[in-house]
Amino acid sequence: MADLRTQFAGLRLRNPLILASGIWGESGVSLAGAHHHGAGAVVTKSIGDAPRPGYPNPTIETFDRWGFLNAMGLPNPGIDEYPQEIAAALAEGATVIGSIFGHDAAEFAALGRRMAATGVVALELNLSCPHAEGLGSEVGSDPAAVEEITRAVVRAQPLPVLAKLTPNTADIGALAEAAERGGASGISAINTVRGLAIDLPLRRPTLAHGLGGLSGAAIRPLGLACVFQIYDRIEIPIIGIGGVSTAEDVVAYAMAGARAVEIGTAVAFDGIGVFERIETALGPLLDTLGFGTFEEAVGVAHEADVGTAVPSAGAVPHR
Amino acid sequence: MRRVCRVEERVQETPSTVTLRFDDPPAARPGQFVMLWIPGDDEIPMSLSYAEGARKGVTVKAMGGTSQHVLKIRTGGRIGIRGPYGVGFDVTPRRILVVGGGSGAAVLAPATEAALAGGASAVVALGATTASELLFADRFRAAGAEVAVATDDGSAGAHGFVTPVADALLRDRPFDVLWTCGPEVMMEKLVASAARHQVPVRLALERHMKCALGLCDACSIGPYHVCIDGPVFPAEQIAGLPEFGRFQRDASGRRIGRGPPVRAHRTV
Repeated sequence: MADLRTQFAGLRLRNPLILASGIWGESGVSLAGAHHHGAGAVVTKSIGDAPRPGYPNPTIETFDRWGFLNAMGLPNPGIDEYPQEIAAALAEGATVIGSIFGHDAAEFAALGRRMAATGVVALELNLSCPHAEGLGSEVGSDPAAVEEITRAVVRAQPLPVLAKLTPNTADIGALAEAAERGGASGISAINTVRGLAIDLPLRRPTLAHGLGGLSGAAIRPLGLACVFQIYDRIEIPIIGIGGVSTAEDVVAYAMAGARAVEIGTAVAFDGIGVFERIETALGPLLDTLGFGTFEEAVGVAHEADVGTAVPSAGAVPHR
Repeated sequence: MRRVCRVEERVQETPSTVTLRFDDPPAARPGQFVMLWIPGDDEIPMSLSYAEGARKGVTVKAMGGTSQHVLKIRTGGRIGIRGPYGVGFDVTPRRILVVGGGSGAAVLAPATEAALAGGASAVVALGATTASELLFADRFRAAGAEVAVATDDGSAGAHGFVTPVADALLRDRPFDVLWTCGPEVMMEKLVASAARHQVPVRLALERHMKCALGLCDACSIGPYHVCIDGPVFPAEQIAGLPEFGRFQRDASGRRIGRGPPVRAHRTV
């Protein structure tokens, strides 16, 4: 059976399946539950410097099996209170990645320093929440800001830093390059895609906040494209995110260039057992595809002769 | 996907409690809940107080925040509904002791009616602050239940909490199960009391909720999520958890003391 372990950014995970930020992340017992159900690592909720209740409901809209639109508004108990939840998850043996968000480099650095002291193995910078004023993708769409924030956090504390990037931009590759220049150890891509739902009888956006972020199967091709594009632009490793719910999805992200994936929306559709289910299917799938290890699959899609093959008569090569 | 529907009936149950009736969702089981959207205000989890038949209903007690807005909705007003969510009551036991504290009676009423319709017997102990706040006492009687009451001020039934009333019933009468919903401190006492009499307990919990889909973790209690694993739980799953009767989480995820969920999360 193919070896599912993966190593990147100084992390060594038993498998490449990571619980995404914002899912099962309010309580340490829940994070530990994801670990016990097979997650290779778990990412905390995004934590800020003070308690933040987030937006009023409705904070989520569902679209059958293909995805969710959410605007939670970065609810979190703040960095003073949250470490007790991390401690509870660590006590159960979970590998925890701490997600943080802030308005500027100084705030990120201060939070990074405190998060690094909680026992997490890495930090993930939320540079990509698509629906919070002055936060998330509003700071994370500017390559200069991404570089400055990443550098500030890297200098403030000793742990590897993962920059979680937004797809709501013209060139996510430029953001990835900026994070790499700033000293990031890896890239997490993508966060949710900005979206909107409208209620017809009420003639208004459904979510209380109006705009939200789309997740789930609907954004999988978009996430794959972003990982594929970023892979050619940087040297640091990538965690692929967006619509992963099967072993096939994991291998697709790996072939596009991801050394791990994060899983979120699928937990609602398939339950937390989705981690065990994918893990069980992943080894045999890699065997069938001719890989001895998961890591062998990383980036292989880039070896294909895409777009440069001898075209049929009349076609124009696009690369 | 939420659906907008019309409030077909509005019933003032007690001075502080109102029932809204509407024709959605098409099917549900007693003990399940819906996410009730008050457009322009908030969306809150509400157990169905009428779960069977085409005409559903929720019964809301004024507790400030969004519940206050719910009370202002008149017949003909529009609300959003999604769900039903969660697991309901198993209504097959034959001899049921039902203990409701305050508006907790709302979720117990349809389950009790279903059990009685199936041939079960039920004794219902209801607690309220005062006689006029007793919820659904007549409804339980009409369904064929025997009803005992307790009020904090002694204006109806026993003077004091409903827990001693329930304890006496557990001592004197045989029951196959105890169903309860109400303040967690009350349910905690009942669980201990029922354990002494070897009567299994099913309790309905209330927590702050956002997604109701098992994702956001707002309603977590121990390893469970009230939205998908509950809201009705066997007591043995809940009784030993550090949260039970002690804390839950507010909108930010902070641990807060006992009491009803804090809905006042509009301070952004």
